[in-house]
Amino acid sequence: MTSLEIKAGARVLQTQVVQQREQAAVRRKRWFYLALFGVALVAPLAVYPVFLMKLLCFALFACAFNLLLGYAGLLSFGHAAFLATGGYVTGFLLSHYSGLGTELGILAGTLASTLLGLGFGLLAIRRQGIYFAMITLALAQLVFFIYMQAPFTGGEDGLHGVPRGQLLGLFDLNDNLTLYYFVLAVFMLGFAMIQRTIHSPYGQVLKAIRENEPRAISLGYNVDAHKLLAFVISAALTGLAGSTKTVVFQLASLTDAHWHMSGEVILMTLLGGVGTVIGPFVGATVVVTLQSYLSNGPLGEWVHVILGVIFVLCVLLFRVGIVGWVLKLARRNF
Amino acid sequence: MSPEFVLETRGLTKEFRGFTAVDSVDLRVQKGHIHALIGPNGAGKTTVFNLLSKFLAPSSGEIIYQGKPITGLQPNQIARLGLVRSFQISAVFGHMSVLENVRVALQRKLGNSFHFWKSERSLEALNERALQMLDEVGLLEFADTLTIELPYGRKRALELATTLALDPAVLLLDEPTQGMGGEDVEMVIGLVRRAAVGRTVLMVEHNLSVVSQLCDRITVLARGAILAEGDYASVSANPLVREAYLGSEAAVLEEGHA
Repeated sequence: MTSLEIKAGARVLQTQVVQQREQAAVRRKRWFYLALFGVALVAPLAVYPVFLMKLLCFALFACAFNLLLGYAGLLSFGHAAFLATGGYVTGFLLSHYSGLGTELGILAGTLASTLLGLGFGLLAIRRQGIYFAMITLALAQLVFFIYMQAPFTGGEDGLHGVPRGQLLGLFDLNDNLTLYYFVLAVFMLGFAMIQRTIHSPYGQVLKAIRENEPRAISLGYNVDAHKLLAFVISAALTGLAGSTKTVVFQLASLTDAHWHMSGEVILMTLLGGVGTVIGPFVGATVVVTLQSYLSNGPLGEWVHVILGVIFVLCVLLFRVGIVGWVLKLARRNF
Repeated sequence: MSPEFVLETRGLTKEFRGFTAVDSVDLRVQKGHIHALIGPNGAGKTTVFNLLSKFLAPSSGEIIYQGKPITGLQPNQIARLGLVRSFQISAVFGHMSVLENVRVALQRKLGNSFHFWKSERSLEALNERALQMLDEVGLLEFADTLTIELPYGRKRALELATTLALDPAVLLLDEPTQGMGGEDVEMVIGLVRRAAVGRTVLMVEHNLSVVSQLCDRITVLARGAILAEGDYASVSANPLVREAYLGSEAAVLEEGHA
């Protein structure tokens, strides 16, 4: 054999090794998600379905946010606007057009926040770091005040008694259990879309941009356009979460549009582990659980203080978040 | 036959708030040459470099690439035309595998960089070519390694492989041996020499021994203007150049030449 042939052989071997390792990782992941799915299917037997649905909506919100922060390196401080837009549009349509299927109402809400995301993105994407965060915050505040004044949002009162309606005219969503499985399906759809985005040809370029933006430019990539797409996808899925949440609670209110909400999703993502796949899910679970248990107990008024302390501890002690920390431990010990 | 110039500047000037960093530079890079841009600290080498790669916009003057003005283009656009730059700090994608680094460069020509609905398996067709590129710079065995774990010299090799994956017509190298020890410098010289086959290279370089070994033509900048131009022997003999480099560095010139 010539040295060239040996090298070629080694290269094939190398490729095989890489592929085998990747396949093993994919298989492990598949089992993990299957187990999670099993838990999600039986969860309503043990836990109140409305609480679970709230969890899923916020988890989707956080996952969508994480796509932007963790994979595109963009910190948006205006995601409340997308959550609220989805919610208001869906709430308004379902309240005023009784013939409209719930799925179409949600679709319309998602579409509205996608368009809003495109508008925000076009204005903000050229700025970096803190400037990007400030512009998104300013735009979101603008949207907040519009929603406070506009007639179709019900102003300070919000939209109440939004009918849950029927899914495809077949399933009655007023039944909590039916609705739960619908929300679970919506969450999985959104989650799958994020997964695919991260592991797509586009995801590779996005990763490259996050790792080294000037280098990505010098390879010929239009960096702003790629970032804009990530922003729009993130806004769309945030809108989907907001729309679904409105159907669950039959309510759309200014709380969703308030900048507190933009802050909360940052907290969820960082607490769970930014840039990890299920970190935002874990973060959302922790925050939502704490909020609902604390606000029912004697510490109700201390919710924000306690969350604040947790946030500070998180930033000081484990910056990689809960999931990031677990992964680090696992890597060290296995 | 008159020489063909692949990259040319006419009256290229860059001012920063009244300070003229680059002062009407007429640079001409001949096709197929390895051309060096040298000069003492603060001479404006890096500014010229950033102007050429469009990372800075010139105050006035023109840049002509393959006979066409590119003065108004964006940096990613000139990369698509085949004018590709490297960076002073090794510019690699740290949290991607070595293979993925090269692949993301190869990927551009597929035109699927916005396809967020496709599986990344569609990129596996590029693996073969990527591994070939890695082999050429001696990184085959590191294909699966996370890039951040590579030693510095290897990172520069990877950066070069990534740049070459674009098959550029003109390579702009920003101090390729910056911060390297002797062995790595030798490696980079070899790599650049091989990369330059069939291409034009313009490099900013501090290490004069590297310049003397590699370059066909040298332009010396001082205070933003061209001080001298020619091959290494004529440039290093030029009294103006010696004066600009002053004392100790003039000795370095000799050494490089020897």
